[in-house]
Amino acid sequence: MTMKKNAMVTLLALAAAGGAWAQANDTLAKIKSGGSATLGVRESSGLGFTLGGGKYVGFHTEMGERIIADLQKQLGVKLETKYQPVTSQNRIPLLQNGTVDLECGSTTNNAARQKDVAFAVTTYVEEVGIAVRTSSNVHHIKDLNGKSVATTTGTTSVQQLRKHERADGVDFKEVFGKDHADSFLLLESGRAEAFVMDKSILAANIAKSKNPGEFKILDDVLNVEPIACMLRKDDPAFKKAVDDSIKRQIADGSLAKLYDKWFMQPIPPANVNLKMPLSPATKAAWANPNDKPMEDYAKK
Amino acid sequence: MSWDWQVFCEDTITREATPSCFGQGGDITYLDWLLSAWGWTVSVSLSALLLALLVGAVVGTLRTLPNRPWLVRAGNAWVELFRNIPLLVQIFLWYHVLPSLFPALQAVPGFVLVVLALGLFTSARVAEQVRSGIQALPRGQRHAAMALGMSTAQSYRYVLLPMALRIIIPPLTSETMNIFKNSSVAFAVSVAELTMFAMQAQEETSRGIEVYLAVTTLYIISAFVINRIMAFIEQRSRVPGLIAAGGGGH
Repeated sequence: MTMKKNAMVTLLALAAAGGAWAQANDTLAKIKSGGSATLGVRESSGLGFTLGGGKYVGFHTEMGERIIADLQKQLGVKLETKYQPVTSQNRIPLLQNGTVDLECGSTTNNAARQKDVAFAVTTYVEEVGIAVRTSSNVHHIKDLNGKSVATTTGTTSVQQLRKHERADGVDFKEVFGKDHADSFLLLESGRAEAFVMDKSILAANIAKSKNPGEFKILDDVLNVEPIACMLRKDDPAFKKAVDDSIKRQIADGSLAKLYDKWFMQPIPPANVNLKMPLSPATKAAWANPNDKPMEDYAKK
Repeated sequence: MSWDWQVFCEDTITREATPSCFGQGGDITYLDWLLSAWGWTVSVSLSALLLALLVGAVVGTLRTLPNRPWLVRAGNAWVELFRNIPLLVQIFLWYHVLPSLFPALQAVPGFVLVVLALGLFTSARVAEQVRSGIQALPRGQRHAAMALGMSTAQSYRYVLLPMALRIIIPPLTSETMNIFKNSSVAFAVSVAELTMFAMQAQEETSRGIEVYLAVTTLYIISAFVINRIMAFIEQRSRVPGLIAAGGGGH
């Protein structure tokens, strides 16, 4: 009997929680009444990473902090910024259930995700590229025919590879690393001839490797993906506030300075310089702020 | 929470649902991929299990040999070596460290290395069970065999092992089910098994709950089938009045 009662109470609590999620669609009111905003951050991505000890940094992480500072001005209350590390697997559920208010990491804005969440205007355009050893005789994607290609499990790059495999009529052996460091190790140790991944991640891994001169990134671009901050769907007031803050940062040049700080200068923890100049695609996105999904980029 | 089980019928490249849920002409759907991943999981597990049982039975037996202190020590060292290193670390040792010491290993596929790693890891645990099974027998059994003029090999073959192996079937059942669950570490060295399918497919389809539920169900089915097979073996190999199940004991 008690067991049954307990189950009932749990069910009721769950139902109540479900109700609460359904109502939490006015993020501005939520963070105003709570006095804090939770920023979803990444622990090891090119655009946001941790230095350990609960410290989160990176281009998008810092941009998110500035957005929250602008929200604070707009709402006229003091907001505490809380950090919640997220992964590719949990970022959308955590955003939907209200654990995270704004996620600024390395989330690709695509049509599938737009069914579940909304995106701020695109602030970084990622290109999926190919890293090889400098000594390799692979110069184009077609040269990969019959070779082993490394990529990381749980990323969209795997899908891109499959698409190209069919479209270009090349046949390569995919080997999967469990994370980016592991995939790079596959390239480094010679188990794979190439590593296909976002160019910012390739650049970061090469910069951190023992001999950065041994690796190069090919000019071929497999795919273009707009990366943006992610927020809850159907919350136009909050989206406008976030977009306005980003447009302000673009207009007054502070976003460009921030980019310079994270991609053109030595960055912690290892003080390496990624040397990745602002790409034309990212420049175009800033000149004309929009929240178009990845699929629209492919059409061009 | 709305379910979308249609996701398994989608083509893995175009994401369009196919009518039969199975791809045609070289295209594959997520269902095809799921089943092939299950195949890899079963292949890794069964190959590793076979290796573990063979090596485990030999090493476990060596550890109980009378008057052969060095063989016993070697057996003990084997068990402690493979039992004291975490499985995932062993996988990386096989995949990354050993090939850099012995370049010939670089040409060996990941599948073989995983089977070796998982099989030898489990062999240590099987060996421990075989040893405890043999040592659980009353000393009089061994003495009686020797008194009848049997050699050491004969006493093991006809007296000790038939009884010891029956005793250890229940813990061996757990071990065989464990091997299925442990096979998930194979994803770390790019064997396309169920765990890797789950991680990859949920990222591509963003239907993580459906994907993980399907994968979980397949793991449960695999482990349960093994469980039933072992229960069947246990029942068929039972000797009335010999083991505890007979009610009397030795």
